[in-house]
Amino acid sequence: MTRLPVSMILGAALSAVFLAMALLSFVWTPHDVEQLVIANRLQPASSEFPLGTDQFGRDLLSMLMVGARVSLAVALVAVSIGVVIGVPLGLAAAATRGSLLDELIMRGNDLIFAFPSLVIAILITAVFGPSAFNAIIAIGIFNIPVFARVARGGALSLWTLDYILAARVAGKGRTRISVEHILPNIVNLLIVQATIQFSLGILAEAALSYVGLSVQPPVPSWGRMLSDAQTMIYSHPMLAILPGLAIVLMVLGLNLMGDGLRDLLDPRLRRQRQ
Amino acid sequence: MLRYILGRLLSLGLSLIVASLVIFTVIEVIPGDPAAFMLGLNADEATVAALRADLGLDGSKAARYVGWISGMVQGDFGTSYTYRVPVAELVSDRLWISIPLAVLSLILSTVLAFPIGILSAANRGRGLDYGIMGGTQLGIAIPNFWFGMLLVLVFAVTLQWFSAGGFPGWNTPLAALKSLVLPSIALALPQAAILARVMRSALIETLAQDYMRTARAKGLSRRQALLRHALRNALIPVLTIIGLQFSFLLAGAIIIENVFFLPGLGRLIFQGITQRDLVVVESVTMLLVFAVILVTFLVDIAYAIADPRLRRRA
Repeated sequence: MTRLPVSMILGAALSAVFLAMALLSFVWTPHDVEQLVIANRLQPASSEFPLGTDQFGRDLLSMLMVGARVSLAVALVAVSIGVVIGVPLGLAAAATRGSLLDELIMRGNDLIFAFPSLVIAILITAVFGPSAFNAIIAIGIFNIPVFARVARGGALSLWTLDYILAARVAGKGRTRISVEHILPNIVNLLIVQATIQFSLGILAEAALSYVGLSVQPPVPSWGRMLSDAQTMIYSHPMLAILPGLAIVLMVLGLNLMGDGLRDLLDPRLRRQRQ
Repeated sequence: MLRYILGRLLSLGLSLIVASLVIFTVIEVIPGDPAAFMLGLNADEATVAALRADLGLDGSKAARYVGWISGMVQGDFGTSYTYRVPVAELVSDRLWISIPLAVLSLILSTVLAFPIGILSAANRGRGLDYGIMGGTQLGIAIPNFWFGMLLVLVFAVTLQWFSAGGFPGWNTPLAALKSLVLPSIALALPQAAILARVMRSALIETLAQDYMRTARAKGLSRRQALLRHALRNALIPVLTIIGLQFSFLLAGAIIIENVFFLPGLGRLIFQGITQRDLVVVESVTMLLVFAVILVTFLVDIAYAIADPRLRRRA
């Protein structure tokens, strides 16, 4: 067993902290985030409000906790959409290499890649109305070609190997080989890609909610907290600094973990490092 | 070469057609009638009917699509419902902010990323390399709109070197340029972090090639070999990323324009959205997609010129 790199441990720890915050927020937050108490507005940090309050008297720590939940949930579902639709497409393309199906899937992928994703996400949320659901769909669509491409690439190199040939000789069909022999061997690749897409999803959700196109008030989100703080930046800069810091640490944690996982799971890279 | 260009042109055309169909369909599937959507809940029926006729909604979908596309090709993007002026006019005013902003950030991110990436690759495995790589990890994780707010906090609120937002117009070129400084830094930094990492890994890959050993063996110093031979060969993947970044910069600019209150294309889209001005949203989105697809096409052609191997593969 190789020793885990420090950066990966740091990344996993950061991700774990935010995951814990998000999970805890389901059962407990220090204060109610949907209740506006004007008497408590713009309080500095104290024992009652560990990070202070915003201009509506809401506890910042509680809002950051619920924000973590929103952020993680949106990114998680968006990544799942990419995996559930993209991976079968990629496997099918690889299994029928060079066929019309392969060609169609890959050209469709190129097309989605050619779109500026945020522009289309904005279009979708603008037309169907801003909501977490539409933000998820908008971000999720762009995960499909990513996973299809990774799955196809990984699967193509496996199809040339002897043990796959043996399985074909044994009379197994392409679908069965894809599921039984190809998929388990590309899981590593997919996990690494999922971590990367997860962190990109968090950034995309933050951008969408910053411009008001994701979760709607009163549910707090990190991006919305930033846009609310923008007018207060002169007098109360911490309101703008804390949610941004949360986004940065969360994304940094996921990226470090993704890099570490890639080094760990890819034997080619591991050999290079030694 | 000609065959390659024709092939790329064909895929450019196809991408544009599919993209326009997607945008048209998205606008089309709006729950209810676009005219009613634009006017809101309290509109009376006569007004909705008038707008329907105005937008040509009474015709068939196919006729409307063809009308929209043939209009766009001739530079007629329709008339904004809220501004009562041609969308093309609105767009051309705002391009003078969005394009300089994107170009400025692209230059800035390239100028930042090249030396950083080269320095990191040349010192691979040493403290400086680890420091730079750690820094770029941070750069990638920072949302550009938040970085923009931090810049405002430091350089506009505290130091008061720049204004916090707004655009004075190109009649005063220096002031106009100054107002684009903070937004383009905010846009460029995360892109520079990505680009520096690509530069580093491309360089490290070329440094391991046999011809690099030959270059050293014939007496070139490490620095000479790196700058003369490795850098040139590492440029292809770096150029790919620069091309891709243009699309990120365009989309990023939409958000950044909102942070700095710059009246560019991004602000126009959002005003279109909040005022339910579908004509503006539809046409400006199509224009942005067109710009991105066109840049991708130009980058593809540029590679084929730079690297003959790509031509043969296609």
